[in-house]
Amino acid sequence: MISKEIKSYFPILNQEINGHPLVYLDSAATSQKPVQVIEALENYYKFDNSNVHRGVHTLGNRATEKYEGAREKVQKFINASSTEEIVFLRGTTTAINLVAQSYGRANVNEGDEIVITYMEHHSNIIPWQQLAKERGAILKYIELEEDGTISLEQVKAAITERTKIVSMVYVSNVLGTMNPVKEVAQIAHENGAVMVVDGAQAAPHLKIDVQQLDCDFFAFSGHKMVGPTGIGVLYGKKALLNEMEPVEFGGEMIDFVGLYDSTWKELPWKFEGGTPIIAGAVGLGAAIDFLNEIGLDEIEKHEHEMAAYAMKKMSGIDGLEIYGPKDPAKRAGIVTFNLNDVHPHDVATVLDMSGIAVRAGHHCAQPLMKWLEVSATARASFYLYNGESDVDRLVEGLRSAKEYFNDVF
Amino acid sequence: MSFNNLDQLYRSVIMDHYKTPRNKGTIENDSINIEMNNPTCGDRIHLTLQVEDGIVKDAKFDGEGCSISMASASMMTQAVKGKDVDTALGLSKTFSDMMLGKEYDDSVDLGDIEALQGVSQFPARIKCATLAWKAMEKGVHEQEKS
Repeated sequence: MISKEIKSYFPILNQEINGHPLVYLDSAATSQKPVQVIEALENYYKFDNSNVHRGVHTLGNRATEKYEGAREKVQKFINASSTEEIVFLRGTTTAINLVAQSYGRANVNEGDEIVITYMEHHSNIIPWQQLAKERGAILKYIELEEDGTISLEQVKAAITERTKIVSMVYVSNVLGTMNPVKEVAQIAHENGAVMVVDGAQAAPHLKIDVQQLDCDFFAFSGHKMVGPTGIGVLYGKKALLNEMEPVEFGGEMIDFVGLYDSTWKELPWKFEGGTPIIAGAVGLGAAIDFLNEIGLDEIEKHEHEMAAYAMKKMSGIDGLEIYGPKDPAKRAGIVTFNLNDVHPHDVATVLDMSGIAVRAGHHCAQPLMKWLEVSATARASFYLYNGESDVDRLVEGLRSAKEYFNDVF
Repeated sequence: MSFNNLDQLYRSVIMDHYKTPRNKGTIENDSINIEMNNPTCGDRIHLTLQVEDGIVKDAKFDGEGCSISMASASMMTQAVKGKDVDTALGLSKTFSDMMLGKEYDDSVDLGDIEALQGVSQFPARIKCATLAWKAMEKGVHEQEKS
């Protein structure tokens, strides 16, 4: 059971918005940060700040230890077999772009296939669109089932021997669907393709074990898992990363530099050109410590409970439609919905006036909006600091919104 | 729960335009045909104008979006119809200034559009209100170029 006191670690949540105590239900966009993470950043800059991997002075060593220490925490967090497989980057988007531009350019040729799904975030669509255009490859979409899930039959039908890359979101940022990425990875491998997992919405909420999933690449962002913005991770199997060329060149990533040719550092540093995101990595390390303290299994359980409670309460509102799997066990703490005649922007504005923060729009998933046959939706997303009282406030707010728009109409 | 501040945003004249939009549809013999969307939220407008001798003879819009964007589109078509192009662009400038909370030319008769003034207090919604006007401006400028 996650204690209600968890919320007290998040100073931002202790404030009034438009005259009401804040209810933050937009963690799928970005999560809030606990004092432990804020202090880790502050202490790094107050006491340890220096550039890493160079110089002999004490601060340089301290900063390097902290930065590489964070890498070790990430490695354990996702159960990678070595720190060489952990590349620090700006976020999920940069990580997927690196795979597309490095592995993709080297391995995808004319007529080859890249397979994704209808429920991808734009960051797991556009890098592949660009790669497909550049290489003359074919981008294929796996169709969704009516309840917003993916069936392995559709996956088997889409992946062929011409498929070089399969890329799939682990947890949908719109539908909350948890996808069978382990089984999909197996199908990809049987056909000689590599499996890329967009883990942006999964890493904050589920225990990740990349060896057990047997995916080839796994990308996620720090800011969605109580860490700072600007830091993310690409996990890649060592054998694949070894054969890949960097896409950013400059300081920090080189071994020997000649006038006309240079060589690269070992893994993972060859992909980390320029002064790295040191403070961000330190903050991510603190975020991982915080999540581990509570336990990812507990967090996942809490989110299923939140999803179940929210779906039960929200379905009591006349004219409210919830998208995605009806079974809360099949989804993370994300509930996307529409309130019949009221546009989601109007819903979000009315909720904001009651101190409730939700997202409204297309959630960076335009193809999925098309599949749902809507132009926009509203989304409430829950995290470890939310409780049932937040759902109650949301439901109350939605009822007022409905009433308000019934009156003005 | 009381929503006094919301009433500044959702004025009855706005809701009236949203519920029964004026000039909804497309013009067949259009001279300006432009589509524009708000990439951050998915609002979309398709605007057709018939301009003859520098006068906006007809204006229609189609699309999807929130109450503010659709009401504003309805009001915009109403406002520019029958006006010469320069006056229409002038109205757009006045409207934009009003939205950004700048001083604006209050000698201009804005009619129903005045009701949108409350939107300027809701920064996240200003783009909703200006979408149709931006489309009109872009359409006119593109036509001038060709």
